[in-house]
Amino acid sequence: MSINGKVALVTGASRGIGAAIADHLGAEGAVIVGTATSESGAEKITARFAEKGIKGVGKVLNVTDADSVASLLKSVQEEFGTPEILVNNAGITKDNLLMRMSEDEWFDVINTNLSAIYRLSKACLRGMMKARWGRIINISSVVGSMGNAGQSNYAATKAGVAGFARALAKEVGSRGITVNTVAPGFIDTDMTKELSEEQKELMLSQIALGRLGQPEEIAAVVGFLASDAGSYITGDTLHVNGGMYMS
Amino acid sequence: MSSIEERVKKIVAEQLGVKEEEVKNEASFVEDLGADSLDTVELVMALEEEFETEIPDEEAEKITTVQLAIDYVNANLG
Repeated sequence: MSINGKVALVTGASRGIGAAIADHLGAEGAVIVGTATSESGAEKITARFAEKGIKGVGKVLNVTDADSVASLLKSVQEEFGTPEILVNNAGITKDNLLMRMSEDEWFDVINTNLSAIYRLSKACLRGMMKARWGRIINISSVVGSMGNAGQSNYAATKAGVAGFARALAKEVGSRGITVNTVAPGFIDTDMTKELSEEQKELMLSQIALGRLGQPEEIAAVVGFLASDAGSYITGDTLHVNGGMYMS
Repeated sequence: MSSIEERVKKIVAEQLGVKEEEVKNEASFVEDLGADSLDTVELVMALEEEFETEIPDEEAEKITTVQLAIDYVNANLG
């Protein structure tokens, strides 16, 4: 069974890794619902899909709001059917030294990066259980394994999603649903463009392959996990970081 | 149209893969009918669909026997 015709929900699909994942799964024939936080972001996604001949649309979603998640699921259900592939990709950073980190900086990141995974996975599981097939793929970060000064909030969430995946994989494995985590290293996106040349040089010196990764190189691994080729992998974290961190 | 009791028992039998005659009113899903915790979640999902309703999580947890399921449906939807 390929993913052709299956409905895939990808959060944070307007740019970067999420956009590449949405486009990749779309090119494999899945119907994609890509979410963005703003109306204009959602429209951009819809336009990109149309241009690339991908079935699906962009929709607005606030992953920190349970009502927003519920209404998204309802509209997806009515328009396309139940999502059997969920890619929890949406994430933010609010970096600061812990000594200077405000409660808001801590809880905003926890809520968007970790609690959202609870909300979305729970909302999508019903349909997956009925279908006796499902794929939940969380996008984590190498920082969740390696740590990074100034990112205690972000690193906590990224390690957290991997633990979540292991527990949920055991809960729902008997229903043909796999739950995995993909942990990208330094990928060439807007998030990493903000780094200074100096920081970049330092980063590159730690990467065995000596270059940043491309979003498509993450998308291909997500596509593998979603496909039949990845059907016997569950509860695992796949590291995709050019040899920056080897587990 | 079958009675609520018959409809509940039919769903229990289908969901848990047991014969309808085994589905006695006093039967416990877990102890008598071999359900695990995820089976009971699915059973409640199936009841929600059959009776076109939403059963809140805190209520769903209390539905542990066939009779309790019948009682719930009768009290809330009858």
